Amino acid sequence: MMSFINYLISGISLGSIYAIIALGYTMVYGIAKMLNFAHGDVIMVGAFTVYTVSSTLGMNPVIGVILSVIVCTVLGMLIERVAYKPLRGATSPLAVLITAIGVSYLLQNLALLIFGANSKSFASVITWKGLSLADGRLKISGVTIVTIAACIVIMVALTTFINHSKAGQAMLAVSEDKGAAQLMGINVNGTIALTFAIGSGLAAIAGVLLCSAYPTLSPYTGAMPGIKAFVAAVFGGIGSIPGAMIGGILLGIIEILSKAYISQQLSDAIVFAVLIVVLLVKPTGILGRNIQEKV
Amino acid sequence: MSGKKFDFKKLLKGDFSTYLMVIVFYIILQTMSVSGGLSSLFKGMLVPLCIYSIMALSLNLTVGIMGELSLGHAGFMCVGAFAGATFSQLTRDAISVDLLRFILAILVGAAAAALFGFIIGIPVLRLKGDYLAIVTLAFGEIIKNVINVIYLGVDDNGLHLSIKDEAALNLSENGRVIIKGAQGITGTPKNSTFTIGIVLLLITLVIVLNLVHSRSGRAIMAIRDNRIAAESIGINVTKYKMMAFVISASLAGVAGVLYSHNLSSLLAQPKNFGYNMSIMILVYVVLGGIGNMRGSIIAAMLLTALPELLRGFSDYRMLVYAIVLILMMLFNWAPACLEFRERYSLKRMFAGKKAKEAQ
Repeated sequence: MMSFINYLISGISLGSIYAIIALGYTMVYGIAKMLNFAHGDVIMVGAFTVYTVSSTLGMNPVIGVILSVIVCTVLGMLIERVAYKPLRGATSPLAVLITAIGVSYLLQNLALLIFGANSKSFASVITWKGLSLADGRLKISGVTIVTIAACIVIMVALTTFINHSKAGQAMLAVSEDKGAAQLMGINVNGTIALTFAIGSGLAAIAGVLLCSAYPTLSPYTGAMPGIKAFVAAVFGGIGSIPGAMIGGILLGIIEILSKAYISQQLSDAIVFAVLIVVLLVKPTGILGRNIQEKV
Repeated sequence: MSGKKFDFKKLLKGDFSTYLMVIVFYIILQTMSVSGGLSSLFKGMLVPLCIYSIMALSLNLTVGIMGELSLGHAGFMCVGAFAGATFSQLTRDAISVDLLRFILAILVGAAAAALFGFIIGIPVLRLKGDYLAIVTLAFGEIIKNVINVIYLGVDDNGLHLSIKDEAALNLSENGRVIIKGAQGITGTPKNSTFTIGIVLLLITLVIVLNLVHSRSGRAIMAIRDNRIAAESIGINVTKYKMMAFVISASLAGVAGVLYSHNLSSLLAQPKNFGYNMSIMILVYVVLGGIGNMRGSIIAAMLLTALPELLRGFSDYRMLVYAIVLILMMLFNWAPACLEFRERYSLKRMFAGKKAKEAQ
């Protein structure tokens, strides 16, 4: 029983990381209607920034985290401006998808050139030992607690921002109808840039948390969590912020539990199988809106 | 109709030039290869060029003709590769003629991939757009993961299957293990040659182009352009979508068999059968022009060769590749760029000059 609770908690912790990444996917998808395949690699950039600042330069990791959020935010906006914005209004939606893949390769190979292919060991930013409950049978590490707390804080802050600020309302309007939003005087390009900025900033935080929990870092670190978070976003209903949260946490729990109880090697397959079942029962994800088809 | 007939000639001319292009390409490279004009590195790439061209054609059928994004195409390639290689291993003693065994292996691989295409198609084709894309991605990953835990052995009593380990197969003494879980299949006969690859590429082209120009192909494209309109004139949407999907999957299976018989050991890794490979193939399709078969072949061949041709840059080659990819996409698709090209296109400038001279 205790081990089950332990697994459940580490599932929620992993799921919280997926959820934070998935937020970036889902916000960008909701507003720009594009799958930002480079999102996973922004996570990697964030983690490498912290690594450089704290391990190589020997500065306080907190400065590293702040710097990494700034770097990723700027990077996200830069990618949007250079690679995605020129393709807005392209005849095929696939064009921007392939460009995103190109950006993903670019970031991976830049990191490969700068840091090399060997994976680095990442010194955890969180030094707190954590809690020990039930006479030491239930141990919750500091990273886990911080991750879950960060996830809750981000969720609350983001929901408040979107529902109660002007910029957030503008985001909702743009995601609803770009043309109408523009007619109402909303700066559509600015709003999209802001979305990318927030998404990428969150990716930096996710990168730090991910590498604190699983302390290896390589240029390909971001790829698989990126795909999993994308799955989580679809799972919860892509475009929906609470959906990304629920999807991410469920995905993390399923992954950890199937790793623990079914098979280590098949855990990814099980995660994807659950996704397929969910989409077959509810084709737009758990919290997705059903779009009525009109002739 | 204003007396203008449907331009069949032009249509056939376009197809013909595609076949011709492949044949000329084959003759040039084969002569160079025989006369020793190719480096050993480039020689090793001849079969992969065919494999990825077939993959690109097959994915173009799904993406360009059927109009649905598939991100799990490498999964079908994986099924074909393992089915074909297993068949070759099993019949190594029974069929002594290499070519015959290889042809049968190709058929087995294609059939296996088609079967998977059908099974996966049932749920997948109910979905649309990005949801369909993510489910194909999921299936691709599942196939790769499951193959990594499969153990298959053969002895006098027949086939033994396990998902635990080699010992669980309970083989008798003269039995041998064919699929060794994560170690995959080793010792597949290296039957793939450039000539066979090109023949398969031509066959693929014939299948795809004929399908596109057939009644079924037009039905598939009608569904792509407007599903509701197509349904209302009595086109069976499920049937035609499934048809395109299954054919596409089986062609990917053929590419897989070619792949497995080109390497001495076959592993299902993220690198060769993961979503990265599926995306790579998608890049060929989009860069070559969605729905344009000739473009797919050209893009697949160029982009397969590019990282090798850039070997002079060594460390920078993948970086250059990424930048080239982004720039090409911007150049080909960005509205501002297209407008610029339209305004300053050489063709129009020449035409303008001629018009002025004529005046």
